[in-house]
Amino acid sequence: MSNWEILWLERAQFIDGFISTLEIFGLSISVAFVIGCGMLYMLEGAKPRLEVPLRIFVDSMRMLPFLILVYLLYYGLPSFGIRLNAWWAGVGALAVYHGCYFAEIFRGVRQTFSPGQVEAARACGFNTGKMFLRLILPQIIMRARPLIGNQLIYALKDTAFLVIITVRELTAAANSLSGTYFIPTEAFVVVIGCYWLVSMSMELIIKQCGRFSAKRGFDNV
Amino acid sequence: MSEATAVSIQNLSKSFDEIEVLRDVDLMVNKGEVVTILGSSGSGKSTLLRCINWLEQPDRGIIKIAGQRIGVTDGGKPMSMRELAKVRARTGMVFQSFNLWPHLNVLHNVTEAPIHVLGKSRSEAEAYAHELLDKVGMSHKAKAYPNTLSGGQKQRVAIARALAMRPEVMLFDEPTSALDPELVGEVLAVIKALSAEGYTMVIVTHEMTFARAVSDQVVFLEKGRIIERADPETFFTRPDTERVRKFLERNEG
Ligand SMILES: Nc1ncnc2c1ncn2[C@@H]1O[C@H](COP(=O)(O)OP(=O)(O)OP(=O)(O)O)[C@@H](O)[C@H]1O
Ligand SMILES: [Mg+2]
Repeated sequence: MSNWEILWLERAQFIDGFISTLEIFGLSISVAFVIGCGMLYMLEGAKPRLEVPLRIFVDSMRMLPFLILVYLLYYGLPSFGIRLNAWWAGVGALAVYHGCYFAEIFRGVRQTFSPGQVEAARACGFNTGKMFLRLILPQIIMRARPLIGNQLIYALKDTAFLVIITVRELTAAANSLSGTYFIPTEAFVVVIGCYWLVSMSMELIIKQCGRFSAKRGFDNV
Repeated sequence: MSEATAVSIQNLSKSFDEIEVLRDVDLMVNKGEVVTILGSSGSGKSTLLRCINWLEQPDRGIIKIAGQRIGVTDGGKPMSMRELAKVRARTGMVFQSFNLWPHLNVLHNVTEAPIHVLGKSRSEAEAYAHELLDKVGMSHKAKAYPNTLSGGQKQRVAIARALAMRPEVMLFDEPTSALDPELVGEVLAVIKALSAEGYTMVIVTHEMTFARAVSDQVVFLEKGRIIERADPETFFTRPDTERVRKFLERNEG
């Protein structure tokens, strides 16, 4: 039996791992996106007293290796009486970590806005919340599109770290198969193919979304 | 104050870092009246206009929009963001730099605030928006995005957007100053048409011929004080002060 045939027979493990990776990625990146938007809103002057602590938090997250955050949540939190299982610790770490990156991306784009748009919104009677949701956020998302695409790929790759805290995802599946049958090359080639497939699909979708921003003249940003 | 007052400003003062930009300004704008504010650069025209809708917060003074005080509640406390937004919605403002929302097409720029601030239904807001776009000559561009419009077209959309709030007063801050000379006329024509329809407007402008033609009252600001106010005929032909005479001579072109 060739190595590839072994992998084919064990395909259920890959499929389970792949689905698990997609679940983890989908959930955590969605939460991260919301966290990023929420932080941006607070940095928008909605909660002036939170601004400095928030900045410090975002910066310290960005400067922390992801793996260490995972360790902290999984091995460190129990000493404070909070015990997360590996799956939730992983999702939580991804969400918070990439949420901070999203916040930073959004803030950078936000600073390129002319103040006039916001004044026009205020003059029309928009309050901060509605203005943010209807006028600022949609533009930020359209303008930040390429950066968002990039961040999605980073986040997808970071899911592979979770194998270290025993989350059963795609890399874990390859790891266990390569250990059992000693076929590391073939097992990891399959995994690489899976990550590439997802990354390229996301790139394609993000690129397609470019039409929305091109029509509005945003793509020079 | 009478029923017919759209904007009343009493004792308005405002400083930026110790420098007094407006000093004890009083101004009444009656319903249906057009008031133009003239003055040299830095005299405080924009600041005065922006105090009317509280984009700048005055240090002293009382400003009322159709009888309702802006910025301060009946109890004398500063208004919350939400209360302030409600009063602001009764004014419409047109900026020198248009400030359209670039992610929304022309129609949605006009319907955005009526739907999401005033709570109008989409169909009602769109019907009125089409009417207004017609009025400013932009209905053929309803689906276009702002980045595809000329400056004059953008400004006409911005005017429609402000009108869509059915404001008590329209505030214009140098609406044609950012435009190429050949585009100025189309915007001034729209504003003139509005005045003929009886809209109440306060206009800061450097276009003297236009000011003379459109105004009911001309106000001249100098170092944050109103030093002359008159009907346009008097103002432009026999001003009281030497300062205004000089200003008019220089701006005759
Ligand atoms: N946000 C601000 N902070 C500090 N100073 C300001 C601010 N806005 C205006 N000023 C100052 O206040 C004075 C009046 O400004 P304002 O913009 O009201 O003048 P203006 O009459 O509209 O002039 P222009 O014709 O150039 O538009 C100027 O000296 C200006 O530098
Ligand atoms: Mg000005």
